[in-house]
Amino acid sequence: MEVNKMNSKYEDVIIGLEVHIQLTNLKTKLFCSCNNEYRGKEPNTHVCPICLGLPGSLPVINKISVEFATRLALALGCDINESFWFFRKNYFYPDMAKNFQISQYNKAGGRAFADGGKITIKLNSKKKELQLNRIHLEEDPARLVHKGSIATSPYALVDYNRSGVTLIEIVSDPVMNSPEEAREYLKQLKSIVQYTEISDLDLDGSCRVDANISIKGHARSEVKNINSFKEVERALKWEIQRQKNLLKRGKELIQETRHWDDKRRVTIGLRTKEFEKDYRYFPEQDLVPIEITKDFIEQVKKKLPEMPNARAKRFQKDYQLSEFDSEILVLDKDIADFYENGVKSEKSFGPDEYKQYCNWLMGDISRWLNENNNVIKETKLTPKHLVDLIKLINEGEITGKIAKTFVNEMMKGTPILEIVKKSGKSRIADKNKITKIVEEVIKENRDIVNDYQKNPRALEALIGKCMKKTKGQLDPEITRKIVLEFLKK
Amino acid sequence: MAFELIQKIKNKELQIQEIVQFYLDRIKKTDNLIHSFVHISEEKALSEAKQKDKDLKNGKSIGKLYGLPLAVKDLICIKNSPTTCCSKILEGYYPPYNATVIERLIEKEGAISIGRTNMDEFAMGSSTENSCYGPTYNPWNLEYVPGGSSGGSGSSVASGQVIFSLGSDTGGSIRCPASYCGVVGLKPTYGRVSRYGLVSYANSLDQIGPLSRCVRDCALLLEIMAGFDPLDSTTVNVEVDNYTNELDKSIEGKTLGIPKEFFSEGLETDVKNKVNEGIKKLESLGARTVEVSFPHLEYTIPTYYLIAMSEASSNLERYDGLRYGKMSDNLDGSVFDVFSRTRGERFGPEVRRRIILGTYALSAGYYDMFYIKALKVRTLIKNDFQNAFKQCDVIVSPTMPTTAFKIGDLVDDPLQMYLMDVLTCPVNLAGLPALSIPCGFDSKNLPIGFQIIGNYFEENLILNIGHLLEKELNLYRKLAPVNGGK
Repeated sequence: MEVNKMNSKYEDVIIGLEVHIQLTNLKTKLFCSCNNEYRGKEPNTHVCPICLGLPGSLPVINKISVEFATRLALALGCDINESFWFFRKNYFYPDMAKNFQISQYNKAGGRAFADGGKITIKLNSKKKELQLNRIHLEEDPARLVHKGSIATSPYALVDYNRSGVTLIEIVSDPVMNSPEEAREYLKQLKSIVQYTEISDLDLDGSCRVDANISIKGHARSEVKNINSFKEVERALKWEIQRQKNLLKRGKELIQETRHWDDKRRVTIGLRTKEFEKDYRYFPEQDLVPIEITKDFIEQVKKKLPEMPNARAKRFQKDYQLSEFDSEILVLDKDIADFYENGVKSEKSFGPDEYKQYCNWLMGDISRWLNENNNVIKETKLTPKHLVDLIKLINEGEITGKIAKTFVNEMMKGTPILEIVKKSGKSRIADKNKITKIVEEVIKENRDIVNDYQKNPRALEALIGKCMKKTKGQLDPEITRKIVLEFLKK
Repeated sequence: MAFELIQKIKNKELQIQEIVQFYLDRIKKTDNLIHSFVHISEEKALSEAKQKDKDLKNGKSIGKLYGLPLAVKDLICIKNSPTTCCSKILEGYYPPYNATVIERLIEKEGAISIGRTNMDEFAMGSSTENSCYGPTYNPWNLEYVPGGSSGGSGSSVASGQVIFSLGSDTGGSIRCPASYCGVVGLKPTYGRVSRYGLVSYANSLDQIGPLSRCVRDCALLLEIMAGFDPLDSTTVNVEVDNYTNELDKSIEGKTLGIPKEFFSEGLETDVKNKVNEGIKKLESLGARTVEVSFPHLEYTIPTYYLIAMSEASSNLERYDGLRYGKMSDNLDGSVFDVFSRTRGERFGPEVRRRIILGTYALSAGYYDMFYIKALKVRTLIKNDFQNAFKQCDVIVSPTMPTTAFKIGDLVDDPLQMYLMDVLTCPVNLAGLPALSIPCGFDSKNLPIGFQIIGNYFEENLILNIGHLLEKELNLYRKLAPVNGGK
């Protein structure tokens, strides 16, 4: 029922996304040999006449960027055009070195890099294929640095280190019907980008989204400036609410461009006049058309790793994981690689351990990463950590509960046995020792013991007290038995 | 002639310093009358000359050009040398890098840059009157224009201020001043010479080329400049011929195409007669002639100007004063206000005119009607040439329909000025190579240019024919007198 209500709330909403991602894994920029990495670098040090747009300089295509675009196009199932060329998108803006951007255009005789393609999402256990329109290459403008907020900053500084970094734009058809679908779309896209190894979308500023949003039968608005995937769902929800409120009040919507203000978390309409831009697209004649041969595509295809969809299917087969588990597990390539390295390294592991390993990764480890805003490859956790941990649990050396307290230490890279030793937290399975502790607890908690006659759940409370006293070291099964024996007396 | 001076340096009859000093003196003596130069690098040129003499003495290789002074049009970037395109908007701009042609001619083969030559602002013009530094005067008669846009490059060579110079040709900007000043000028095939470091006017048409007193010197410079450049994607990886080695080959049996449309109304009688005499001379050397036809020639001017202005409107967007050059003194209003004010104040009227027209032509709703249409006609004009080349080896014509006009005569009639380019523009639209050599004088003693158009990458043949014609006419040792008028 809940689910149906959710859907009906959005069934009249139409969303299309234009996602710009930086190809952060390139070594050099799109049209010059300057270092692609601008983050944390002294401003205006990774620049040359080309990315500064100095008079007389000419762009030369970075061939690897074409290969990267091909990888993504193949992974998304797009039709790659056999040749493509660039267009100039003309507009004045202080972050533009030439006051035009070298981009691609699919009108006026131009072509995108690739057309079509799709991304499959799953929402409320329903699968949906979202159709893509096209992908194309373009250059990133320079970075404007403001003092404080854009509105109040007395000046803007321009850092051209970012000027000319390769962007790839992925344009979807208007096929999403809710902010949640958009969120899932971006989640899958991010995963595919990670698998193709063209970009690290965890880097700040590596992706920007423009969203087209409309209520069926009404004018659409384009929300620009959404600077992270996380913000998209929020921005969409806000914008949909705004449109619905206006309609409710009997007002009509106008076609307009709005900006997402991520500080105030609202979309702001800009005077429509300012944004009625004519970009005067026309062919960039400083670059010659680039041929994409079938041969080249085949070579790129051979180098492509297994994509998340295929991998999820294989995980179900190889590790007997559920569809649900495997789909989540493969989403982050680093996690999935970690998983496979771990479970494959231990011959004795079977379906139970495979499941346990998955639970650990998706449970405590993911939680830790989330809470600490970290990614697995940045930690010192090794696949062996979890192998050792699961073995100790299954051999009865430690309890699952104790194991959970090890997570912090494991992330620092401390070997499991050392953690066990340091904490002194091996399992207590000695019946005499346990009996002694149970005796003490019974004595100290007469009221709970009495309560047991009316309330069988008092048993759990007593076991809990025993665990607390020993910091969880007691074997839970043996302890339960002994407490029960005492209670029966 | 450069090749003669090189021999004298090799034979130790002349020192490089003497040569450089000679030309600097000549510039000093004449440039207040001609105004070929907007910047002269006297000290640097002399110190380089000194160094080269020393190196030569010590047996070091100093490159094929032996320190000969070269004048460079003010839109080809030379590292740390002012490069302003004769525009106020680039006032004070010193590029941090060398154009590829500068790397090849100066850094590698040892020419010495002696100064920057005057031109129409951003190469927009046919008279060198649109320079922010004021006009250049034709050294044959100072009341007349030297042609443009590479007017300073033409006048400096014609008056013996330098041995050779570099220009750029978008719609005739090398050949027009070559014709008006009575020197040799070559516009290479599009993609033959790297444009890296050439400030773009209309980037699908622009090409750098040499101007000199004789064809051999042009061939020498081209040999060095030409060839694939990884920094310019539009350069073509076609082998560079030894142009200087093949200048004296017989042209027996070569066919000259005579396009009747190039000899139609508007052509001055003196021009027509002298060009026809030139053709006769070539026939006497064994060449045959055949009439060829250019049915689309009448569309050349609108096609050329639509394409050139459209491209220019985009190429010149980067001049906003933010990164280099000069900004308006008045910084009131938004950044866009300042951009507009800077561009309004610092671009000259002809540049503003072309930017506005080009912007209009590319605008939504007009793009198909103007730019796309122009590209289609461009293809038709290319086809006209390809059809002609089925019948002939080269095409010959006057370079300009008239000799030089008086300074100020066409300033208020831009359309009439545009029409002067009718015989040079089609070559740029087709991307072909063309040479202009002097073939005589009109009744006012102003030079007349003879144009030889070749097929793609056949600079070899047009230089060969040009060289033989030049020998027959024997005009090339005549220096402009630097007189008349004021």
